[in-house]
Amino acid sequence: MAKIIRTPSRGGKPMAKLDFKESLSVFKRLFKELGSFRIRVIIVFISIVLHSVSYAVGTMYLKEILTFIFENAANGVVDFKGLAEMMAWFIFIDVIGILTITVASRMTLTIAASMLCQLRVKMFDHMQKLPISYFDRNIHGEIMSRYTNDTDAIRELLSNGFRELINGAVTVLSVFVSMLILSPILTLIVIGNLILMGFLVVIVTGKTGKYFLGIQKQTADVNGYVEEYIAGQKVVKVFCHENVVVKGFGKKNDELRIIGTKGSTYAQILMPLLGNLSYLNYAIVAIGGSSLIALGKMGSMAAGIATLVMFLQLARQIGRPVAMISQQFNAVMMALAGAKRVFDMMDEPVEVDDGYVTLVNIQRDENGEIRECDCRTGSWAWKHPHKDGSLTYKELKGDIQFEDVSFQYVKDKKVLKNVDLYAKPGQQIAFVGATGAGKTTITNLINRFYDIPDGKIRYDGININKIKKADLRRSLAMVLQDTHLFTGTVMDNIRYGKLDATDEEVMKAAEVANATSFISHLPEGFNTMLTSDGANLSQGQRQLISIARAAVADPPVLILDEATSSIDTRTEAAIQKGLAQLMKGKTVFIIAHRLSTVRNADAILVLQDGEIIERGDHDKLMLLRGKYYQLYNGLFSWE
Amino acid sequence: MWRKLFSNVNQYKKYAILAPLFVVLEVVCEVLIPKIMTYIIDDGVAKGNINAVLINGGIMVILAGLSLLLGLLSARFAAVASMGFGANLRENMFNKVQNFSFKNVDKFSTGSLITRFTTDVSFVQQAFMMSIRIAFRAPVMLILSIVMIFTINIKIAIAFVVLVPLVWGLMIFAMKFVVPLFEKLFKKFDALNTKVQENLTGIRVVKTFVRENHESASFRKASLDLQDAQIKAEKLLVYANPLMNFVTYAITITVVWIGGIQIMQATMSAGDISGIIAYIGQLLMALVMVAMVFVNLFMSRASARRISEIIDETPDISDKDADPSVKVEDSNIIFDKVSFKYKEAAENPVLSDISFEVKKGEVLGIVGGTGSGKSSLVQLIPRLYDASQGNVLVGGRNVKEFKIETLREAVGMVLQNNTLFSGTIEENLRWGNPNATQEELEEACKIASAHDFIVSFPNGYKSDISQGGVNVSGGQKQRICIARALLKKPKVLILDDSTSAVDSATEAEIREGIKASMKETTLIVIAQRIASVIDADKIIVLDDGKINGIGTHKELLQNNNIYKEIYNSQLGGVR
Repeated sequence: MAKIIRTPSRGGKPMAKLDFKESLSVFKRLFKELGSFRIRVIIVFISIVLHSVSYAVGTMYLKEILTFIFENAANGVVDFKGLAEMMAWFIFIDVIGILTITVASRMTLTIAASMLCQLRVKMFDHMQKLPISYFDRNIHGEIMSRYTNDTDAIRELLSNGFRELINGAVTVLSVFVSMLILSPILTLIVIGNLILMGFLVVIVTGKTGKYFLGIQKQTADVNGYVEEYIAGQKVVKVFCHENVVVKGFGKKNDELRIIGTKGSTYAQILMPLLGNLSYLNYAIVAIGGSSLIALGKMGSMAAGIATLVMFLQLARQIGRPVAMISQQFNAVMMALAGAKRVFDMMDEPVEVDDGYVTLVNIQRDENGEIRECDCRTGSWAWKHPHKDGSLTYKELKGDIQFEDVSFQYVKDKKVLKNVDLYAKPGQQIAFVGATGAGKTTITNLINRFYDIPDGKIRYDGININKIKKADLRRSLAMVLQDTHLFTGTVMDNIRYGKLDATDEEVMKAAEVANATSFISHLPEGFNTMLTSDGANLSQGQRQLISIARAAVADPPVLILDEATSSIDTRTEAAIQKGLAQLMKGKTVFIIAHRLSTVRNADAILVLQDGEIIERGDHDKLMLLRGKYYQLYNGLFSWE
Repeated sequence: MWRKLFSNVNQYKKYAILAPLFVVLEVVCEVLIPKIMTYIIDDGVAKGNINAVLINGGIMVILAGLSLLLGLLSARFAAVASMGFGANLRENMFNKVQNFSFKNVDKFSTGSLITRFTTDVSFVQQAFMMSIRIAFRAPVMLILSIVMIFTINIKIAIAFVVLVPLVWGLMIFAMKFVVPLFEKLFKKFDALNTKVQENLTGIRVVKTFVRENHESASFRKASLDLQDAQIKAEKLLVYANPLMNFVTYAITITVVWIGGIQIMQATMSAGDISGIIAYIGQLLMALVMVAMVFVNLFMSRASARRISEIIDETPDISDKDADPSVKVEDSNIIFDKVSFKYKEAAENPVLSDISFEVKKGEVLGIVGGTGSGKSSLVQLIPRLYDASQGNVLVGGRNVKEFKIETLREAVGMVLQNNTLFSGTIEENLRWGNPNATQEELEEACKIASAHDFIVSFPNGYKSDISQGGVNVSGGQKQRICIARALLKKPKVLILDDSTSAVDSATEAEIREGIKASMKETTLIVIAQRIASVIDADKIIVLDDGKINGIGTHKELLQNNNIYKEIYNSQLGGVR
């Protein structure tokens, strides 16, 4: 009853079926994940088996009671005491059944809920450690579906699947045994009917499956259409194309309806088919049984009737667990496929981090020597342990050097070719070039989102591979082209740059980014809640928040990747003052589309196809009369 | 709400009526079968009468067959009706959305609209399916099986009449408790999913600021919250299973006890008890089904509400009173004390007290910072939004006097965030004019500087554009969009920052081309670059929704500070 609605996920691939060996290994892994719950799982298992057995025994015993009643009736005896005694036993069996299922159900809930919580947390923790390239390779919707569809399938398996499967199996087994004991001949009739039923079910589900694929495809088609034309709604209006678009939709929609009706018909007839076939089964057994009794083939009349009544009950019951098992079997396979995808993600190799140089706060003592310090001093140094056991400190300055760096995301497609560059502390270096020229890649290498196969990058003279990633990244701040905001207040979002920043620090940072004026216009100022990635803010406003975020972090190196692209030039000019303050004394890398943004840089590097083709400051490049000059005079565009 | 939604079934109404009708008939057959069974046992078996067994057995087979046929037919009808219903829902929603004004569209985000078409429709469709089948099946079965028990044994029947409402009451009572808990649970689910989603899209931010642990900790909290909510919500429900067990046993014990004594006293027959046991089965099943229907309707309630929101939304721009014979005669534009707000309740207007005039064939430039209201201003001309105060006149008439189609035929607009649709380049161009000849297409593309790159594609004008136009560059896309608008041969052409990805030299060419080929057309250009408007007959400087200055480039450079600032921020523009 408590079925949780499956969270829809777009972009999730249909689940692939696992073969037997895979299923088994996933199953084992799942059991291992149960960890501390293992004992409880075993208790649940025993309870369910006990419950199913008690149910079977109860049904058998009921037959004894009925026989007793009919025999008494045939002999004209009214034996209250005997009946009461038998009923007492029956109640005893029932109580066991109820108690065991209660225990099993309650414990299952706790196990399933806690286990899923554990699994999710584990999955998330692991996800946080995965390298950026993993997120490039996988569609977000697909990763997302591991948290939604896949975990939900596992939940279904844990909370219902196993129980019903065991229950169904024990029931079928005991019902069969009971039937065989009651009457082998009638059992044969039932088996015949069941085979027929099974045959029909296979045909119908086969058809359903076939149409289901078609429905999926057509649904995707309709959704795609809706997505495209709703996103382009305004253009449709401008061109008065509503009627054409509606007609196009009608066609696709009708196709979906037609195939949907076919598929749904097969899905819908399964239940009446099974239900009514079990009635036919019932009728046939009744005719056969009655004939047998009338022919005297089933012992005394009383015993015969009791047997037939019970048998008919059983014959009706057998259909349900059989249907249940086949249904659950599907669910189990789905859950295992889901579990496999979850485990696959947990098995993804995490970001390599064998750096040992760390970033520490320092203080200078009276001799000017660097001393490590636990408090926040505002000055930092690289703590560099050497092989010989000695320890050196090197002050964090923000000196960055690329030596013959080449890089490729995919094989044989070099994005950077033998790049050499240096940035002295306090310098501003700008990158200019077409989309795909490698500008963003350079910055992605500095913070080690990706590792380079060839060449060296040095940070204050230390090879960045030796620096612990977390410390490396802490020493840089990035303002990215696509701003991402998190659910929380404006204050929280800015504070993301430095978690222990005071409210004053946050406000000061907002001031630097020139964001205070628009923030104060928000309904609740700094305490305004932002939801769905700050959907209620304009792109420009989001960029301002993201600049403030970098300002509050205040590291020695700053990377601005198209940080002001969505801000108009006049506002940009206004925040330039703030930015200038922010950039003072820092090494800054600027990537910008707009040339006015990079004009004041100490060095401008023009990138083309992964190579630096021109370098120098604005005046030098203008004199050079090369690409930069053309670009600047609007004689040429990257597009 | 449900009733109104269900009325969307329309042309499939016949099936929506037949399905439950057949379901009811099927149930009647199903309920009769155990009754026949009692005859087989009592008249046939007990009396050793083979004929009675065969006759009743035959009747039973016929009933089962009939019930099978009815069941299959009702399933088919239900499938036709519910799929048709779903299709109608989508169609009606889509039509509605197409009638929405920009204001209506803004109210629903694109993402939320799409969810309504997908998840929500499928939930409601399922609820509909349940409503026409199980919602009929369960109660009818419940009542009929109690009636049948009455015909067999009044004492036992009375026991049921007492028991069933009791169980039912218990269920509803439990539901009252559980429903709000589940609502809470769903919220926790959403919160958790949002967390994951944010971390996926913002993974680079998380990593640059080394916030992995911070995020993990907050995810752990969300996950534990969910766990608690889940246990809390389902705690009561897990007892449903044992409870059902208990009820089954309790009923069986009661029946066997009362029935057993009566049989021993020879006041009840063996057949009767088999009948009763069978009816118990049906009755319990019906009870469970009723609960299922309730749960399903509850679960899809939110979806139904979201769909109704769309269907009930009234398009807020209407041209009902406009005279279709009124044409756009002239292309001068007048704004007369126009103010505009996106929402009635908004405190600050987006545009306030805007008045100006552009004459036929003139070029008007509009500059101003982000959020100064440039796009809002031009969108009032083709009535994408209606002015809150004041009048917008095109060709001397208030825009509200035209049929919307007439007006928008005459006003071409290239939007800031423009879209190409999947299909060939040619198909996209034809949006401007479905009957354009190849020459006309090429001419428009030449003016928009698009012809050269289009013919450089392997399939030329027949090249495919993928969804959203991702396979052409930003500048190419903008140029195709301009050509598309040119094909309309509009009287007024509005370019809303639509050459931002085109280099300034090409941009200048495009502007020259448009001016030369469309002398009668009034051109309105919104631009970030001063260079784009430098030659305009008139330039409006917008600031915070107000006109800060109006004049030619020269005039503004002399007397308008904002204009000067913009000019200087662009290093004096392009020389």
